[in-house]
Amino acid sequence: MESRALTRRAGAIFSDGFLVLYFLFALFPIIWMVLISLKSTDQLFTTQFVFTPTLDNYQAILFGDPRAAAGVVARQEFPRNFLNSVIVSSGAVVVSLLVGVPAAYALARYNFRGKENLAFTFLSFRFAPELVVIIPLSVAYRRLGLYDTYFGIIWVYQLVTLPLLIWVLRSYFEDISPDIEQAAMIDGYPWWQIFGRILLPLVRPGLAAAALLAFVFAWNNFIFPLVLGASNVQTVTVSSLGYISSAQAFFNRMAAASVIASLPQIILALSIQRYLIRGLSFGAVKG
Amino acid sequence: MATEHASVTGLVTHEEQLQPPLRVRARPVLIALPALIVLIGILYPFFTAVYYSFTGYALNRPGSDSIFVGLRNYERMFTDPDFLNGTYITFAYALVSTGVELSLGLVVAMLLNRETRLAKILQTTLIFPMMIAPVIGTLVWKMMMQPSVGILNPMMATIGLPPLQWAAVPETALFSVALVDVWMFTPFAALILVAGLRSFPQEPFEAARVDGASFWFTFRNLTLPMLTPYLIIVIVFRFMDSLKMFDIIFAMTEGGPGNTLMTYQLTAYRTSIQFQKLAQGLPYALVLYVVIYISSQYLIKFWGKAQRRAAGL
Repeated sequence: MESRALTRRAGAIFSDGFLVLYFLFALFPIIWMVLISLKSTDQLFTTQFVFTPTLDNYQAILFGDPRAAAGVVARQEFPRNFLNSVIVSSGAVVVSLLVGVPAAYALARYNFRGKENLAFTFLSFRFAPELVVIIPLSVAYRRLGLYDTYFGIIWVYQLVTLPLLIWVLRSYFEDISPDIEQAAMIDGYPWWQIFGRILLPLVRPGLAAAALLAFVFAWNNFIFPLVLGASNVQTVTVSSLGYISSAQAFFNRMAAASVIASLPQIILALSIQRYLIRGLSFGAVKG
Repeated sequence: MATEHASVTGLVTHEEQLQPPLRVRARPVLIALPALIVLIGILYPFFTAVYYSFTGYALNRPGSDSIFVGLRNYERMFTDPDFLNGTYITFAYALVSTGVELSLGLVVAMLLNRETRLAKILQTTLIFPMMIAPVIGTLVWKMMMQPSVGILNPMMATIGLPPLQWAAVPETALFSVALVDVWMFTPFAALILVAGLRSFPQEPFEAARVDGASFWFTFRNLTLPMLTPYLIIVIVFRFMDSLKMFDIIFAMTEGGPGNTLMTYQLTAYRTSIQFQKLAQGLPYALVLYVVIYISSQYLIKFWGKAQRRAAGL
């Protein structure tokens, strides 16, 4: 009996040990990114964990480098890039909401021919290699004058945000019992009032969570603005590459920019934790 | 109105079911219309992609989009000496990272399922690697692997391991990018699987415990079959995503060193966008699309089956 208790105890210690080890692996790069972002350039190459922290990198990223000598690129475009990310990500989510909420409702509540095919076509965008769409789009965009415009990027971001919203919201609509709508229908309310006054409030938490998750995915996207955008709509993901591909590598600047560029997603993700699993699995896991 | 809608079956009134007026039949289509318009806006470039792949279109040669070359672009792709390596890298990357994420995620999920305080705190932080932009996460790893400011080699030296050149040399390039993928997406696998584990009914597990079943017996005969639908969801998402992974490889090496990491996606980007030979790069993206489409159909069918089996039907 005693030896079994001992084995279990050893097992628990081993399990905790493994878990801690895994989380060190998962969290260390993030901690290290924060550390590097607080290092001055002198200490960047000479110290590891013990150094005098400074906010110079953040200041340089946000307000420009006061000590930028001639010949050194002062990267002041970060605030602009950040703003671009905000604009295209929220724009994409707004368009997806306007377009996707009714579609999700139709897919959840009505039976019509080709319904499942339609739903899976939307889903297939999520899994299709992006270049299949954006290589030809890069031609069409130049012809239509959409290259390097907010509208163009927001339009193509629908590939990211729309399938997510439609599929997650559809699963939320399906969770609501049709009895409620039937009762309202018997009372003579038209379908759009039932939708707006009864259904929407019921799915609101899920709707908000799905919208925020879609925002995160849009924010994190890289290949669309890389191919279809240039200086006008440059997002933080594309511009972050510039910090280490330039002749002199600004590792600490890049780290500071990364920290700021990652904060929105981390905060949003933490605020929707309860709904995250359903969102990440496109409604397949109710979590 | 109220009396007219008195007899209701489902969401459609009885009268509507017998003789649905066009107005009612068209309603779902009308509601979904805006989404359909966006759909067309996305499908249209897809079909032009197929068309362009049969032309000699190059961005720097105006008018070349109407030169029909038949299957020459596909022929060129299949006979390219780098095609084999590209195929190998595309699939090796996807299989290795999906495999490791699935197994590591399963172990982490089972350890997190123990309702200890440590497990609860740690589960919250799981989302960090997953929520940071893949490009930015990769750049952080690139810095960690870097010889002058990097931290990985010094850390390995303290436990007596020789320094590595990570993504800078062909031998360890695939390992380096797969490592970043594993870091970034194991939390996804763990979160999905932990949700699965928590959804299980407790009775069969208690019965097994009362009968004195071993851990492995319970795992093989109860946990694994019930978890299969969740495992497949992880495989669907991770396998499809890593087949077309662009961000991590591009941020790490842009496909290098040399052609080491030129997956289909990277080759399509380099050929069509960087070298402006638009039509020549498209076959890579289209073949990848077909591969992903076929495997997704297969996996979704398998998922449905596993779900029914797990539900005991």
